[in-house]
This record gives sequence, structure tokens and C-alpha cells, in this order.
Amino acid sequence: MKRLLAIVIFAVTIVFVAIAWLQSGGLARERMQSAQTPDEAVRLLLTEAQSHNFDAAYARLENRAEVDKSAFIRDFYGSNGSLLTYAALESFDVWGLHADDREATLRAKLHYSTAVGPLDDIRDLKAEHDGNTWKVVWPTTHAPKLAPQVIPVNYLRWDVINRGAEDDWGVQNVDSPQVRIISMNAVQRADSVVILGEIVNEDTVPAYVNVGATFLGQNQQELAQESSFDKISHTLLPKQVSPYRIDFPGMRTDKIKSVRMDAKAMLVPASADPVIEVNQQRLETDAVGKKVLSGQLVNQSGQIVNIPHVIAAFYDATGKVIWVSDGYIDQELLPQIPVTFSVDLPNDVAGKVQSYHVVVNHYDRQTS
Amino acid sequence: MRIFFPSLLVWIVTPIAMFAAEVHPPSQMSAGVSFSMPSSGGGQGTLYLIGPAHLSKRQVNLGTDIEVDGDEVERAGRYTVILCTDQCSASEFYVHPAGPDRLSLLVHPSRVPVSNPNAISAVAVVWDVYHNLELSPETVKFTVNPDEHTSLSEARTTNNGIAWIRLTSAAKSGVVKLEASVGKVSEIRVVQQVASDACNLRIRASSASKKIMVETDPVRDCSGNFVPDGTVVSFTMTDSAGKTTVDVPIKRGVAKVEMPAHGRARITAASGVVTGNELDLGGGE
Repeated sequence: MKRLLAIVIFAVTIVFVAIAWLQSGGLARERMQSAQTPDEAVRLLLTEAQSHNFDAAYARLENRAEVDKSAFIRDFYGSNGSLLTYAALESFDVWGLHADDREATLRAKLHYSTAVGPLDDIRDLKAEHDGNTWKVVWPTTHAPKLAPQVIPVNYLRWDVINRGAEDDWGVQNVDSPQVRIISMNAVQRADSVVILGEIVNEDTVPAYVNVGATFLGQNQQELAQESSFDKISHTLLPKQVSPYRIDFPGMRTDKIKSVRMDAKAMLVPASADPVIEVNQQRLETDAVGKKVLSGQLVNQSGQIVNIPHVIAAFYDATGKVIWVSDGYIDQELLPQIPVTFSVDLPNDVAGKVQSYHVVVNHYDRQTS
Repeated sequence: MRIFFPSLLVWIVTPIAMFAAEVHPPSQMSAGVSFSMPSSGGGQGTLYLIGPAHLSKRQVNLGTDIEVDGDEVERAGRYTVILCTDQCSASEFYVHPAGPDRLSLLVHPSRVPVSNPNAISAVAVVWDVYHNLELSPETVKFTVNPDEHTSLSEARTTNNGIAWIRLTSAAKSGVVKLEASVGKVSEIRVVQQVASDACNLRIRASSASKKIMVETDPVRDCSGNFVPDGTVVSFTMTDSAGKTTVDVPIKRGVAKVEMPAHGRARITAASGVVTGNELDLGGGE
């Protein structure tokens, strides 16, 4: 009986090890040890990168002489506290765009899970036939470097001294900032109701803002309550305007009699830097056929912005906000170095867009 | 019979009550002041002192003056003294606040736009040294001390311990000190009078090699006050490469930015809901 139990435990252990090996992509790795097709070459490289086996992944490159290994690793897992440094490559899809006997072009969609949610990265890769195997030609990106220099910054910052706990009753405190919702629009989408609009800090001090909305039914009963969460630029400098978006999944406008909006503002210490320029903004169709607003971010200050977050408001011909999109940028913003971005918008909305306004929120290791 | 028995009871109880020990406190006094109460009777008795925030019990010698410490009557209000031997007798007295000694000054808001009528409210609450609300009418003097002007004063009489005033903010931005005083006691609060929205926001541009430098004129409100540094001015430039936007904080009175140039461009500026002039580079303003 004891011997039987030992055999059963051993067998179960073997089964579990086999399952783990299969789940970690072992079968795929084994099958593609020598890539017989361009697709296999890309998949093998991405599988190795996914399991952080960068030596093996780097060995799969056709153009190793041109690609720095640390830059290759940085392409997958970021640097300088960027979003990719807080991410894991969860899965990927690969499909061919063009192929002949000698070379092929493929498109890879990398699915990352990050600290702020899922993130997709689309890359076009080339593969070349080398002897009896296919190897990947990794795109060489020569990141522009800024010459050593001093960037003068007239540092502007607000600090707050609040009333102390031991102060007597009636001792003055500093008031919360005055903020105002300047527009609000409720939109029915296929599976949700979306509240869109803009909020302005009318005060002369920075404000940490959040916008909430409550749907009220026919009898003034509360149907649902949501907040803008990260679909807003929370820290608003004086007179700064931010778009906001509040999603109510599973709701329908015909059930709603009214909406109660709630803009909360807190006085917080803040800095007026960094200033981020958003240039070359244009509406276009991306490689996979989606309508996007793309452009470039340029950090005009001298400090690194770790995780930039782009929020865009889209207006129709009457100036009404008809959509708000946002997207995190997986790269850090180095001083003066442009970084491209794109945020998508629904195809049915894209046709009505007449203008747009982009704000850049940022999360920095020093301040967050 | 109905009249006989109550009359009998009065005849029996009245002499007993007449011989019960009694204490005679003053009818009213100031908070925190020690005092003595004469008592009648002989031997020892138990004294209970019950106030709004105080309760004590002690043995006392009857027929002498009973001393009450000032710290037993710090709270204003009605107090009850009960003296018990084999019978108990009770008396009441009232403790008044000890006179103005503290002032709570509530001023709202701490920041106010210039030239805003009745925008500042100041409420003074008068207390004595023991935090009793001073209910008797007192004259509170409100004084406004602007930075560069002579001070202005106005007196108000408290009603139930509270006096208040409303003020219009000045046309010039800056810090204003608001003082309330009663007797020798005074409190100061600071109100920041800040510039209103930008008025006549004007921008000008100059182009260098592949760059356009855009700068505002000194940004002021309609009363001529400088809009505070840190206020954001949003610059928007539209050219052949697309649209460029930058949110720039005002520093030293102006906001300026350098943007890449791609041929002919249209540049606008806005601060909050206020928009400025439009520039057409290459085509004149």
C-alpha cells in the first residue's frame, strides 16, 4: 500500500512538472529550437524574451553586430522607471505581412500587463533566411542623446502649511482651491454610458481634482456612482483645464432621469515643472486600421518624466466634448528627446471630430 | 377629615425643616473666582457641588463659612449646592463668564479675487479665560490693514458672544491683514487678495532657425494686477506638421515657449476660459 502511494505521488509530481513546462512555452521552445519559418523565428525570440532569457533571444538576431544587447533588453523591459519597467510580457500575436525565400516581414503584437493595466505594443519585424534557419533582424533604434549641458529652470513650486492639530479652535486654515466643471456630456455607447467633459482650476493655487458622477432614476434613487479615476489629469495648476471621462458599464440613458456631478478639489503641494510640449498632433489611421490621434511629446525640462500619460478631449463642430481618450506611454521622457504617442478613438466618433485638446499627466518616481 | 391630615403633616414637617442645615451661596459670581458660603447648623455635613462640567462631594463643618476654590467654578452656568446631614437642603447660584480674554476669529475665504463685493466675512467669537462664551455685549473692533494703505476700522457689538462683518476685497492684489480686538485681546488673520482672470491676453512671436519663440505680454487682470506666477497659459500652434500644444506656467509675469516651426503657422493662447489674440506667422496677424 505504501509503495502504491509513493508511485501515485511520483506520477502526480511528474504530471504537474509537465503541465508547468507546457504552460511556460516549453513545447513551443522545443518545437522551434531551429526556426524553419520566419514566423517560428519571431515566436522563438519573443518566447525567450518573455521568459527573460535574453542571451538566447539575442542569439536569435541576424544583426547582432548592429544591436547593443542592453538596448535590446531595454526595448522589452524599459529603463529609467518607465512604464515597461513595471510590466511583464504576458503574450504575443505574430502574423506575416510579406514573405519570399530569402526574407520576410512580420507584425508582432506584444501584450504587456503593467502597473496601470494591459498595454499593447505593435512592432514590424524582418526575418532573414540564414543557412538552414531563419533569424530576426531587430530594428536598430539610435536613440538621440542630449549633449551634456545645464538646463536652467526657474523653479516654481507651491508648498502648503495647513492648520496644526494643536491649534486653537477658530485658527484660520487655507481654503481648498476653487474648481469648476466647464462642460459635461453624457454619451450612450453600445455597452455603457459615458460622462465626458472638462474641468478648470479657477484658483491661483494648484489643485488635486477628481470628478464623480451619480446617476439618479425616476424617483431620484441612486442608480450608479462612478469617478473619473485615471481618466483625468488630477493635478491642475492655476487656470489649467483637464478633460475627464467617467464610464458607467452596463448602463442605459433611458433609465436615467438626472446626473449629479461632484467635483472635489484639494490643496496640494505641486511644481510647475516639467513643461511637456505636445507637437505634430494629427488624426490618422494606424497600422491596424484604427483611428488614432498621434503626435510627439517633448519634455522641455531637465528632469526625466518616468511615466507620461496622455489625455485627449475631442470636440465636434459646436465645440462640445464628444469623446475623451487616454493612454500611457511605455517610454520615459528624457529631456528634449521627442517620444511618439497615439491614443485611439472610436470610428463612429472620429468622423465628427473637428478639434482636440491634449494634456499630459505624468507620474514621477521622485514625487509619486 | 380631608383638611385635618394635611394640616397635621405641615405642622410636623415644618419644624424639622426649620432645623435642617442650610448653605447660602451668593446668587451669582464670576467664573474661576474662589468664594465662601455661610452655613447654618452644627456638627458635620456632606456638601455636593454640581455644575455644568463639575461634580464634587466633601465633608464640611456646619455653622462655618464653606470655602469653594476657583477651579471648581471655571465653567459658566447654573450650579447646585446640596448640604446633607440627616436631612438635605439645596441652593442654586449662577456663574458668569470671567470677562473677555480670548478671541476666535473666523475669516473666510483665505484667498479672494480683487474687487469682489462682500466677499470676505469675518466672525469674532469672544471667550473668557476658561473658554466660556462671553454672552454679555462686548464691543469688537475690526481693523483692516492693507499692505500699502492706511488701516480702516469698524466696531461691532457682540450678540450672544458673536460679532461679524462683511468686507469687499480691494482693487489691488496683495495680502491684507484683518484684525479683531476686544479690550486687550486681539487676533489677526491674513487674506490674500489675488488677481482675477487674465484680461487682454496678448502674445507675440519671433522665429529663429526652425523654431518659433512665442511670448505673452505681461499677463494682468482687468484691474491691472499681475496674474500670479504659475498660472497656466495654453499655447496652440497649427502648421503643416499638425497641431502643437504646450501648457506653460507664467514665470515672472510672462509665459513663453519655443515651438518647432514648419512653414506657415497659426498660434493662439488661452488661460483657463480666457482666450488671447491669434497670430498668423507668414501671413501677418
